[in-house]
Amino acid sequence: MNYIKSIGAYTIMLKSVFKKPQKRKIFWEAVFREIDDLGVKSIGIVAFISFFIGGVVAIQTALNLEDPIIPKDLIGFATKRSMILEFSSTFVMVILAGKVGSYITSSIGTMRVTEQIDALEVMGINSLNYLVLPKILATVFFYPFLVLLAMFLGIFGGWVAGIATDLFKPGDYIAGIQLDFEPYLVAYSLIKSVVFAFLIATIPSYFGYYVKGGSLEVGRASTKAVVWTIVVIIFSNYFLTQMLLS
Amino acid sequence: MLEVKGIYKSFGEASVLKGIDATFEPGKTSLIIGQSGSGKTVFLKTLLGLHIPDKGTISYDGQTTESMTIEEKRQLKQDLGMVFQGSALFDSLTVEENVMFPLKMFTNQSKSEMLDRVDFVLKRVNLKDSNHKFPAELSGGMQKRVAIARAIVTNPKYLFCDEPNSGLDPRTSIVIDNLIQEITDEYQITTVINTHDMNSVMEIGEKIIFLKDGLKEWEGTSNDIFKTDNEAVVSFVYSSNLFKKVRKVYLEE
Ligand SMILES: Nc1ncnc2c1ncn2[C@@H]1O[C@H](COP(=O)(O)OP(=O)(O)OP(=O)(O)O)[C@@H](O)[C@H]1O
Ligand SMILES: [Mg+2]
Repeated sequence: MNYIKSIGAYTIMLKSVFKKPQKRKIFWEAVFREIDDLGVKSIGIVAFISFFIGGVVAIQTALNLEDPIIPKDLIGFATKRSMILEFSSTFVMVILAGKVGSYITSSIGTMRVTEQIDALEVMGINSLNYLVLPKILATVFFYPFLVLLAMFLGIFGGWVAGIATDLFKPGDYIAGIQLDFEPYLVAYSLIKSVVFAFLIATIPSYFGYYVKGGSLEVGRASTKAVVWTIVVIIFSNYFLTQMLLS
Repeated sequence: MLEVKGIYKSFGEASVLKGIDATFEPGKTSLIIGQSGSGKTVFLKTLLGLHIPDKGTISYDGQTTESMTIEEKRQLKQDLGMVFQGSALFDSLTVEENVMFPLKMFTNQSKSEMLDRVDFVLKRVNLKDSNHKFPAELSGGMQKRVAIARAIVTNPKYLFCDEPNSGLDPRTSIVIDNLIQEITDEYQITTVINTHDMNSVMEIGEKIIFLKDGLKEWEGTSNDIFKTDNEAVVSFVYSSNLFKKVRKVYLEE
């Protein structure tokens, strides 16, 4: 019952979010600030994790392929596939849901409990539009690039792992990467990332905007927001995969 | 002129305002006093339109807020300035950007015009050399002054302050009180202040409204407050020994 109510309130929130911004200048300043806070500042962690996970996936695959009949280029192929299909979009987005989601809830929640949202309303600003729409634009347009970066660095990390461990030859790895390239899979991953980016911007905003109480409640709301964002991402991943790949 | 008639407001089961009437005049500083939890903040926020009253009317210059069109409401917002209980400065913006924010929202001034105006109001509240600091780098009293600067930057006709000197030392409190009163007088603003501070009541209370249990229990000036025999007012205002003595001396004179 409570869930249905929350979904209703979330939908009503989105209606206020998607209004025409009142002052273009104020709005675009906010968009650029969000791109910096939510996007640019996440490049480091995404790059770091993708590079090393790519390496680990390649090493694991190599270690499990002792049988000499299995072609060696399978290592590059498997690393590429897992990076493109699941790691770069779902896994990276789950990490961003944790990092960015808690930031969004706590920053909006703090604005709520310290009356900054009231202050915006007094100045005649539609606070939902001003606070949430720039976040949606920033994540929806920026996160696909993070996903591309994750794909690239993950595959690159696998190649570096081959050189570092001597478990497979870089030449075989590259042949594996070039094998059977399907652009549609990249598109599939990017489409997923756009949906997830939207969820990462809006679900934590919802939890922050409607928080009541003080800093303790803001902390609790952040935890809840991250959990729910991840749950919804995992669910939609399942349905999107069915829709797009079958 | 701001007129309030029969305002009711409840949150769920709890009714906070139970039919309040009041009139606030230009060039005058009116104070709302009352115990913590008596509904002062809710009252002020209702005047500003942050809470919608369950019943009753609020009229600005004779026009009720209900009868205003969206454009008229927008126009009205430009005439309102509010200093929140906790200052409510935007943490992610510098002092200068905070004060400039309403100008960006309501005017089409050029950057240099806006900066001039910002400098002017920051000087007016005696804040220099803090333009590029963030709110977290300022003391509570400085934050309050930035909040006042932000509230008056658009030359509002109505100024609302929710406990502008809570948490400040007595000296800074008086500076802030006098500042608000000077501005009120200088620009003929209709000013409404919530406070628990009896010093403010004595210093700047041209009109005092005492709220109790969601109702207006008493109304008068700071002189009246010495003479009143309303028990609730006496027990609230003269709860400290110091003020009991002040009153005694006043009544003996
Ligand atoms: N948004 C809200 N939802 C539910 N109840 C509220 C809300 N805002 C205020 N209240 C309740 O209304 C009552 C009056 O609160 P208000 O903040 O107006 O008191 P106050 O007179 O400003 O107190 P203080 O001097 O401590 O600031 C309190 O009991 C409070 O719990
Ligand atoms: Mg209050």
